[in-house]
Amino acid sequence: MKVRIKFSKTGCMKFIGHLDVMRYFQKAIRRCGLDVSYSQGYNPHQLISFAAPLGVGLTSDGEYMDMQLESSLSSAEAIAKLNSVMNDEIRVKSYVALEENSKNAMSIVAAADYCISIKDGYDFPDQYEQKFDEFLTQKSIIVTKKTKKSEKEIDIRPYIYQFAYTAEQFAAKTGNVVEETVAEQYKNGKKIYMQITTGSVVNIKPELILEAFSKYAGIVYEPFAYQIHRQEVYADLHADPKDSPEEYGKNRELVTLESFGKVL
Amino acid sequence: MRKLALSDEILMTVEKPARYIGNEINMVRKKLEEIDVRFCMCFPDVYEIGMSHLGIQILYEMLNQRADTYCERAYSPWPDLDKILREKQIPLFALETQDPIKDFDFLGITLQYEMCYTNILQVLDLSQIPIYAKDRTEKDPIVIGGGPCSYNPEPIADFFDIFYIGEGETVYYQLLDLYKECKAAGMSREAFLKRAAQEVEGIYVPQFYQVTYQADGTISKFEPAYPEIPKTIKKQVQMDLKNTFYPEKPLVPYIKVTQDRVVLEIQRGCIRGCRFCQAGMLYRPIRPRDITFLKDRAKKMLENTGHEEISLSSLSSSDYKELPELVYYLIDTFREQGVNISLPSLRIDAFALDVMSKVQDVKKSSLTFAPEAGSQRLRDVINKGLTEEVILKGAMDAFQSGWNRVKLYFMLGLPTETLEDIEGIAVLSDKIAREYYTIPKSERNGKVSIVSSTSFFVPKPFTPFQWTRMNTSEEFLEKQRFLNGKMKEQLNQKSIKYNWHEAELTQLEGVLARGDRKLSKVIYDAYQAGCIFDSWSEYFHYDRWMDAFEKNGIDPLFYTAREREKEEYFPWDFIDIGVTKDFLWREYQKGQAEEITANCRQKCAGCGAMIFGGGVCFEGKN
Repeated sequence: MKVRIKFSKTGCMKFIGHLDVMRYFQKAIRRCGLDVSYSQGYNPHQLISFAAPLGVGLTSDGEYMDMQLESSLSSAEAIAKLNSVMNDEIRVKSYVALEENSKNAMSIVAAADYCISIKDGYDFPDQYEQKFDEFLTQKSIIVTKKTKKSEKEIDIRPYIYQFAYTAEQFAAKTGNVVEETVAEQYKNGKKIYMQITTGSVVNIKPELILEAFSKYAGIVYEPFAYQIHRQEVYADLHADPKDSPEEYGKNRELVTLESFGKVL
Repeated sequence: MRKLALSDEILMTVEKPARYIGNEINMVRKKLEEIDVRFCMCFPDVYEIGMSHLGIQILYEMLNQRADTYCERAYSPWPDLDKILREKQIPLFALETQDPIKDFDFLGITLQYEMCYTNILQVLDLSQIPIYAKDRTEKDPIVIGGGPCSYNPEPIADFFDIFYIGEGETVYYQLLDLYKECKAAGMSREAFLKRAAQEVEGIYVPQFYQVTYQADGTISKFEPAYPEIPKTIKKQVQMDLKNTFYPEKPLVPYIKVTQDRVVLEIQRGCIRGCRFCQAGMLYRPIRPRDITFLKDRAKKMLENTGHEEISLSSLSSSDYKELPELVYYLIDTFREQGVNISLPSLRIDAFALDVMSKVQDVKKSSLTFAPEAGSQRLRDVINKGLTEEVILKGAMDAFQSGWNRVKLYFMLGLPTETLEDIEGIAVLSDKIAREYYTIPKSERNGKVSIVSSTSFFVPKPFTPFQWTRMNTSEEFLEKQRFLNGKMKEQLNQKSIKYNWHEAELTQLEGVLARGDRKLSKVIYDAYQAGCIFDSWSEYFHYDRWMDAFEKNGIDPLFYTAREREKEEYFPWDFIDIGVTKDFLWREYQKGQAEEITANCRQKCAGCGAMIFGGGVCFEGKN
């Protein structure tokens, strides 16, 4: 059977990269004895996969992992069991059963919510909200996106779906309330929330937007000035893999990845 | 939330920040207000190497079992962080609490190989602890060394307050009790050191000993400065391996480390008596662990770590009498749960082939032999009881079961070695390949692959070869070239790959292995000239080391390329390892006469280790 778990990541665990988090889960699953399925062969591996890799340095309230299991406990029992063998900076928040034929998380990721905090000790304009509003009223925001193979210019404006400066405003816009967050808090209190495209068709990193904003606002972009925190990851019910990048997400209907499953 | 010693900015700048954050699964947490003794255990190499070391895992759990002691860990910061710590004057910290090491009571440093010596200085320096023991004050931690290289601690004697000679399970508690007592009584650092040297067996405090030298540079006298201080230091041995500390909850790192698995030490010591092998002499007598204990620990450690692999550790696993029972237990119990059983180097026989075929993919795995020398004559000199017949038969059995990869390990520069012996390495490699091709083509599994590797022989203290002359770099390189040529002359040369080691690093290892106190200054100067991570070829600067020797008027060849007299007093002779110098000399003579010595189970050779009153020396005598 297939299950999907949602977990948070914070504190010093933000320095643990994606592949190592995967190893961490493999060992945690063994420690707590979940009845996970293994591949065949001399070096059997657990049938688990992650939704969207989180960059080193980022924290999150909404990471997802799918598992293939031979048998399952109830959701509450499984959550308790997993959390009993994990450190307090990666915690499982939910555990839901998926339909047997459902697509894996990685293939359906379409968007994500981020909360970006300005760290203390860095310069950032006091009226940044107004500046950011102006920044986003532009018809297009052309940036150079670097990939391993090439550099190309793209317009990122269509991929910024929502934005806000407080948790309440943002929740009102996205319809998604984050009840408890592990995001680090800073004294200056300056925050930007945004919902942007994520996934395999078009992937926009928050850093790219911050860099473009810095340029627009005439400030120096300092990568270490921001603590980026992912709040939630969504799939798009109307996503069509045949869509061109330009059309992608225009007719979207976003739902959280956990909404595909049922509590056991 | 845990406060880290390094800022986000630093951690995001350096390679693998997980090396510095601690918080691993099974990390011990304690309340500092309940702690009397803060101990930082350090492995002076990069995290991934240090975290793979079993000894520290044993001591970590052992020391933390004491309610009054908190043992934390530290490793050498990689050069990228090293630079930042110096620039920003950030003191080196322990991973658990992230507190500066300089505020601890003890800094314990494990000495696993000679080439980590400059890293010890790096750790002290970055911790802001004076590098020389004589410069330390009441506020500095007691710096204590232990591990294999402490059996000749003299080259680094000036940097340590204490060396613990022997196995860690025995007198650490006594030492900590004494420390607590002295601390409570407000005694000075020196007073504590003096009492430790006097009262605790196995404790060596170098500053209480005076060395005088003869005109030729050898030692004339090595004496304690006070009459109450013992003249010889007795190696500590844990005789009861059945009921002693062994981790139940090893630490589980977040990043992939060298030894990313559960390690089960099945026995300590070795019966074989190979004459080049230091561990084989140091850890006598052989002491097997109880099989019930091992099964229990295997289960607990796998459950508590979630590792997907378990490996057995010992100097010669095939000599563990209940090995088949243990291995089949591991396979039957844990294979189902997707746990890999990683086999130690086994003598290739029916049992080994059966087990290997169960746990490995025959097509991908290889057979390993360590003949060490290319001819039977030279194998007799070194007392390596492995014959060509056994190797060829083992290989053939394996080939017939589907294997087609073989790894062979040899040494160049062994005592009495001739060109024929060296050529024997190429000939033996080729013979194994020829053996393979006697199998009809239709039954073969493609081509055979033979990988032969040579390292250079380094004579070590407390071995029969401690008197012997080591080859110079030039001689080593000449031998390597000769062998490479011979490899190319072989019929199956295309199936044989030849790997070799670096000669310069080996030279330095040879100097430090049998060095004396005069070398402390050389190590200090090499460090000041920028040498750290010497065992990492990209950071090894031979020229800087040579400059340091020259600056101090010391000829490295004095320590390596010199046959020593029978009567010479060695820098390590104040240590009593149980095995006597007489026995070692007898073995050296027998070696030169190409005579072999039976192993401990066949016949007692009278090495002296019987004095410990247990182990193989008394097997079958109860």
